[in-house]
Amino acid sequence: MAEMDTSSGGGHKKGPGVKKGKKLSTRVDLTPMVDLGFLLITFFIFTTTMSQPTAMMLFLPKDADKPEDQNKAKESGVITILLGKDNNVFYYEGQLKVDGSNFKSSSFKEIRTVLIDKKRNTSEKDLVVILKPSSECNYKNVIDILDEMAINVLKRYALVDISEGEEQLVKISDAAGAATASK
Amino acid sequence: MGRAKLPRKSTNIDMTAMCDVAFLLLSFFILTTKFKPSEAIAVTTPNSVAAKVAPQKDYVMVILDKDGKVFLEMDDEDKKEVIANTLNTTRGLKLDVKAFKKALFFGAPLGSMASFLAMPEDQRKGDKLPGIPVKDTANNELTVWMRVIKDTYLGQKEPAFLLKGDNLSKYPSFKAVIDAFKKNDILKFQMVTNPEAAPEGTDLWKMNQSGDKREE
Repeated sequence: MAEMDTSSGGGHKKGPGVKKGKKLSTRVDLTPMVDLGFLLITFFIFTTTMSQPTAMMLFLPKDADKPEDQNKAKESGVITILLGKDNNVFYYEGQLKVDGSNFKSSSFKEIRTVLIDKKRNTSEKDLVVILKPSSECNYKNVIDILDEMAINVLKRYALVDISEGEEQLVKISDAAGAATASK
Repeated sequence: MGRAKLPRKSTNIDMTAMCDVAFLLLSFFILTTKFKPSEAIAVTTPNSVAAKVAPQKDYVMVILDKDGKVFLEMDDEDKKEVIANTLNTTRGLKLDVKAFKKALFFGAPLGSMASFLAMPEDQRKGDKLPGIPVKDTANNELTVWMRVIKDTYLGQKEPAFLLKGDNLSKYPSFKAVIDAFKKNDILKFQMVTNPEAAPEGTDLWKMNQSGDKREE
């Protein structure tokens, strides 16, 4: 460490009667300065935004006007996921039966296992996931389910408008789910 | 028993080195920190596993707040000028082009855009503004905006279309935005999210582990 030479050596010689100035130490106590430094560091660490927002790509299909232009999918390979109120998720495989017996309720935690099972049991070219958000679900649900597609590496999925019947079914199931939850 | 005498050591430590490090770190953080610009529209974005960083320039961003109100933000001032002129001539809105250029975002029906622009900048807060009307499918004004924007960029490199939505906004307004995009043949857009790691054991996680490149 650099220190200043405070001794008066080499200067003019003091007489015997001249009082010698008291030698002051040049060492400064750095502790408060370090304290301050670290305080500022913590402040900047907490206020800094390191994580940049990311972006998720979504490709929309062009609306096919004629029914014969629309993509056909094998019934056994289709799984339809419906999003309801309060983070409720419903799904059915293939066509929805008239009595709604294959309409199952799920949640965002469980849907992953359902999708993994479906993926394992169906050949890749047949597998199509249809997403039908109802008017009650929120933006986060849609992103979550699209994210689920990315997480499980499902290449073929479509965001489709919900039909009137399904909307009703989701509403009823939502209400039923809320009733059992409050019991 | 004679104990070996330890030389008494001073308890004073030389703090200089520590001080140096502290201030080095401090200067690093001061220089790298970027303060969040105070946002007029409060939006909490959802998380996703998407790894691509959202574009910071040449973007057209549609913001969806928690009440389902829609706002439009874009960064290219020259294009904004063109858009203002187009709106003035095609719709006769009498917009103040200068104010339009300087505006950070737009959030009013086309009819009241002029009074929106007359408002001082610091009073344009998301929760007090009406937003761009989209709910009515027959009169989705975002479609008009998107068409004007598309025409402005005609023959040039298209901007990145971004959608920044709040967790709590309902699906119908999201749908309305998608419809507005679709009607103008904007079939590719990006949704702004917060990064999140892929959950362990899933296919994506395995893919990342094996070092495969993910398709975006």
